[in-house]
Amino acid sequence: MVITYLAGSVAVVLSLFFSRNKQFVYSLLSLFLVWQIWFTFQVCTHAGITDSEYFTFDSLGILLLVTLSIIAIPAAIHSYIYIENHAETPRSRSIYLAALILLIMAISAGYLSNHIAVTWIFTEITTLSASALIYHHRNKLALEGTWKYVFICAISITFIFIGILFLSLALQHAGSDNLSFSNLLAKSQELNPVWLQMAFLFIFTGFTAKLGLVPMFTAGIDAKDTAPAPAGALLASVLMNLGFVGIFRFYIVIANTPLLHWAKLVVGTAAFLSLFVATVYMLKVKNIKRMFAYSGIEHMGIVMLGIAAGGIGYYAAILHIILHAFVKSSLFFQYNQLYRVFQNKSITHIGNYFKYNTTGAMVLLLGFISSAAMPPSGLFVSEFLIFKSLFDAKQILLLIVVLLLLTMIIWAFGKNIFKVLFLPAEGFDDSNVVRTSPWESLSQFLLLAAAVYLGLNPPVEFVQLIKDSIILLPH
Amino acid sequence: MIHVLLIIFIITLFYMAIANRLMTYIKVLALQGVLLFFVVFIQLSEINPVNLALILLETIVFKSLAVPIFLSYLLKRNNITREAEPFLPNFVSLVITTSIVVVNILIATMIKDDHLDKIFFVVALSTLFFGLYLIATRRKIITHVMGYMVIENGVFVLSLAIGNEMPILVNLGIMLDIFASVLILGIFMNKIGDVFKDVDVDQLSNLKDY
Repeated sequence: MVITYLAGSVAVVLSLFFSRNKQFVYSLLSLFLVWQIWFTFQVCTHAGITDSEYFTFDSLGILLLVTLSIIAIPAAIHSYIYIENHAETPRSRSIYLAALILLIMAISAGYLSNHIAVTWIFTEITTLSASALIYHHRNKLALEGTWKYVFICAISITFIFIGILFLSLALQHAGSDNLSFSNLLAKSQELNPVWLQMAFLFIFTGFTAKLGLVPMFTAGIDAKDTAPAPAGALLASVLMNLGFVGIFRFYIVIANTPLLHWAKLVVGTAAFLSLFVATVYMLKVKNIKRMFAYSGIEHMGIVMLGIAAGGIGYYAAILHIILHAFVKSSLFFQYNQLYRVFQNKSITHIGNYFKYNTTGAMVLLLGFISSAAMPPSGLFVSEFLIFKSLFDAKQILLLIVVLLLLTMIIWAFGKNIFKVLFLPAEGFDDSNVVRTSPWESLSQFLLLAAAVYLGLNPPVEFVQLIKDSIILLPH
Repeated sequence: MIHVLLIIFIITLFYMAIANRLMTYIKVLALQGVLLFFVVFIQLSEINPVNLALILLETIVFKSLAVPIFLSYLLKRNNITREAEPFLPNFVSLVITTSIVVVNILIATMIKDDHLDKIFFVVALSTLFFGLYLIATRRKIITHVMGYMVIENGVFVLSLAIGNEMPILVNLGIMLDIFASVLILGIFMNKIGDVFKDVDVDQLSNLKDY
């Protein structure tokens, strides 16, 4: 089934790459969306089975795949709006859409893979497709962003590979050479602890480039800044989730060994440092798109704190990562409409947005409330649970510092957002402001509403899926 | 014999740490490719012809011919000045490289493991960290690319150390190597050289927060 999906998607990507006809290109895009939804549906109905040897449709994979497919639809719609508004050449349009589809395909397959080397291969493919998206504008800034992204990701991917090599050394002590996660878990007691530690350090560092955590977070920020916003929305939400999957699946293995405490320390330190770094940057950032990106770093820091704290924190982390994907992608989708009005990314030159586009301003306001985890945002629930897990883990001091940092982040985020919404922009001539149709904000409202609904009143199946995905962790 | 080759490999790192000209770096990279080929040839005892062809392609054709020729072509095409322009003096470089190797030897002696030849471990990790060090302390972007190639060589040595038991990992490593290098060099060739003349990392600082 997965092989069919991959083959079909690659066929779409290739035909998109070589076709220049407008109608044909857009019908291919719609075809792919149908294909993606069909595949998601198939995966959901065949939950639990292993397909083509290397892909298992487990709960975590299903949850994130559904999230991806939901976000992929508005991403396609906004890409269409974006391309139509920018008078793209047929060539750059084809490359953009082909790269977008390749990215969605690689992320989907990466979620479902049950073998660390397969996850690694699909992570590599996301680097390739993301770099094509980042380079879309073909100017100096785009080149700089692409170069930094490609270089850092290349080093990170090499790190993951080194980690896999160490992991195979650890596994040789258990007399096995099968690197699938289930086999690693089965043999977890026999793995050599020294090599396992080395493997975890390298694999964790490597995946932080995708997850957006200290130390490799920088590449992602530049990427989200320079990529077109609909692609940036995918980079800032579902691609980060792929990094999470890579780390989380391996974390399950190490959590079942005596190294659990050490791994918690590593993850917790990286998470705390990420929160700290995000605070520092949020306080001084003036570029609104980068501000959204730094807010993503903050949320990933919170998620990993939940993982490090354990207990209810595991549940909350998975919930948080899904809700965050909805919220953050809706903010990125809104960004293009904002840019169309002001033609500027700098917060100093953006302002009074309520006056020019009331619906869009509502999205920004609600998106801010959601992202800052104020009630009724769904993120409030997950963040609250993560703080509770820190409390249970007797990390009161850490919790206080984290709360202080979060207060600063909310202050900085709020200051900038309210400036954008209510204060006049510097040197902006509002005699002929571009009008945007309120319908363009519909998908953002739906995504934000989904985040509220899933957080406050989660359906039973949803809760069950999250519980199933953390069942292998020691409680 | 393998040990001799690997020690020569370490010596090339020291030479690279104090080399001044970019052409020297390129020649050292080519030499490392040849050394790696002989290491593979001796190390992998039961090698089948397909694998041998792949490794030959990777080490000799790719590492010692294609990449060096391509890098020197880039040097000429973009009129990159021939000095490496390190941030630190060569003496300090040499001291740091030595300490990288020493620390790795110390780590290796602490690990007790029959599955892994210690010298492979030392060489691989020293090469890896030396590559990172090279990236961090040289000003030109092309030296970053060279640093990345050095890291790739280190990873290759490491994958050889366990290659006898898991040949698939060697092949995966080769795939990574070729894929990432083509991606990086592709961008470097097509774009950066055209857009930024005499390429320097200082020019890549336009993406700002404000």
